[in-house]
Amino acid sequence: MTRKDDMNDSIKPMIEIRDVIKKFGTFTALHGITADIREGEFFSLLGPSGCGKTTLLRAIAGFEPPTSGTVAIAGKDMAGIPANRRPTNMVFQSYAIFPHLNVEENVGYGLKTRKMPKAEIAREVAEVLSLVDMKNYGKRKAHELSGGQRQRVALARALVMRPKVILLDEPLSALDKKLRDQMQMELRSLQRSIGITFILVTHDQEEALIMSDRIAVMFDGQIEQLDTPEGLYRHPVNKRVASFIGVMNFLPARVTALSDTHLTLGIAALGEAQVPRDRLGKDVNPDKIDTIGVRPEMLTVLFDQDERSQNKVKGEVVDTEYYGDMTYYEVRLPGHDKPLTISMRNTAGRSVVAPGSTVSVGWGIESIVVFGE
Amino acid sequence: MKWISVKWLTVYAVVYMIFLYAPVILLPLFAFNTSTIIAFPLSGFTTEWFVGLWYTDTLHTALGNSMIVGVTTALVSTLLGAFAARASARFAFPGKTGIVGLIMLPLVLPEIIVAVALLVMLNQLGMPLSLWTVVGGHVLICTPFSIAILSSAYRGLDRELEEASFDLGESRWGTFRRVTLPLVLPGVISSLLITFTISLDEFIIAFFLTGTDVTLPVYIWSQLRFPAKLPSVMALGTILLAVSVLLLILAEALRRRSAARQGVDTTLAGV
Repeated sequence: MTRKDDMNDSIKPMIEIRDVIKKFGTFTALHGITADIREGEFFSLLGPSGCGKTTLLRAIAGFEPPTSGTVAIAGKDMAGIPANRRPTNMVFQSYAIFPHLNVEENVGYGLKTRKMPKAEIAREVAEVLSLVDMKNYGKRKAHELSGGQRQRVALARALVMRPKVILLDEPLSALDKKLRDQMQMELRSLQRSIGITFILVTHDQEEALIMSDRIAVMFDGQIEQLDTPEGLYRHPVNKRVASFIGVMNFLPARVTALSDTHLTLGIAALGEAQVPRDRLGKDVNPDKIDTIGVRPEMLTVLFDQDERSQNKVKGEVVDTEYYGDMTYYEVRLPGHDKPLTISMRNTAGRSVVAPGSTVSVGWGIESIVVFGE
Repeated sequence: MKWISVKWLTVYAVVYMIFLYAPVILLPLFAFNTSTIIAFPLSGFTTEWFVGLWYTDTLHTALGNSMIVGVTTALVSTLLGAFAARASARFAFPGKTGIVGLIMLPLVLPEIIVAVALLVMLNQLGMPLSLWTVVGGHVLICTPFSIAILSSAYRGLDRELEEASFDLGESRWGTFRRVTLPLVLPGVISSLLITFTISLDEFIIAFFLTGTDVTLPVYIWSQLRFPAKLPSVMALGTILLAVSVLLLILAEALRRRSAARQGVDTTLAGV
């Protein structure tokens, strides 16, 4: 992890986005976006619909020129350069397979604009179609293809152009769950093997976590946090990011004592805890701390009285959700109305505790994320 | 229970079709009849009325006029229809619904009203009546048909297709030529055929707005005053009927092919 980060830092960014603002009439879609996207990286723009992630992607593609700010690709400022002369290619949400052309003609479409000789086009097309596992479908028309096949054709049509960057606008949202899981894996391993920079727009946090090297979480036209999947999950910068990525239990908390190295928190339902100061995020001001967050898997339902944990609290099981490998418990602790979600792996010796039972909940100080404006 | 209602529905449908098309069948029937009197029983088979048409110069002039009006109308209204259809399918602008509604209004406005209004206006403007004033009137009533046909063609055209072409390095003109045009072409041809047919058959506006140059329907109407000419009118009507039906079938076939290309349901009526 660390080694890879160091390696990437020495590489010049493939895309440099500086203070990009985009306005549509009176509506501001992007409020000054600044970010670097590294060469060869799988980068995701993640956020709820209307957060500006697609607008940012289209600004990189050249479809929505920024109102102000710059986008540079491979060191070259893209201002005034339209989409058809940028070293980027897009996989559209609808795939946009030309319905009057067959698969080969679709994939060769862009090469034809480059006035490439026919034989060479045929060779390139055949090569990329076998890369996406579609070589036997060259003569099919768009309406004779399944959703997953269309997705592959759209990807092949972009790949064959050998762009510096491939832009993917929610490419998996039209597929059913099973196919989506499979395509996520394929897309990820394909990107790794060819090493082209991918930028993926998605509203699905799980998809972003699985596929990306780094993720920019966007809300209301701004990047709230740009980090690795693990960084986002373990150290969300604020409550909004924390609740968007995975599940997070929030509890009111306040600072009761401060020392040079530690601060003492009074946490609702859990009690007192000493947190090392260096565990706080850069932006967290100790005076403004009002909430802590803890992930479901960081809490433990203690099945055995002898099980050891740093801290224990007694609570009542309100509800359970059984997923086979996992059970999700809703446990209400005295002093806090909203039950906490706790996930437990189902092991051989344990049976699910019935709602209404009293259990001990174990928690550790290292699993707590502190929030404050 | 169910088969009774099905049976009655069939009877109803058959009676309806007879009522609708029996008068039309009379046209070719009398066109091939030897007698000049339009009455049963038929007196014998002849093609002399059709041959006679060949030697009627005034008819040829009227046919020529109708061709000029029909072709011009088809071209102009399809062009205008293409602009309007693209605008209404692609862009949102204030008052869009109202504007589109106003453009489509001549579709339901009685033609006689349109014709009289245009005549009054042309008189006020001091414009002499000619074939071009007829073209103007015909464009007015044909453009809504063009818009209806081309709107469905443009709506079936996903905006992302044009963007994809542009993204793949093609120019705007190249995108139009390689993606947009092939996908809407059947709709364009269908619009040309339908507007031409409407113009060719249209009588009221042509009657009011034509000067000394009459179109075919106006010519036919003028011939109806002479009983002896009736069989040749029947013959002419038969030819017009055949041509119209042929053009409309062609137009619909093209529209369906276009819809099928874009993977749209083909059973939807075009206009």
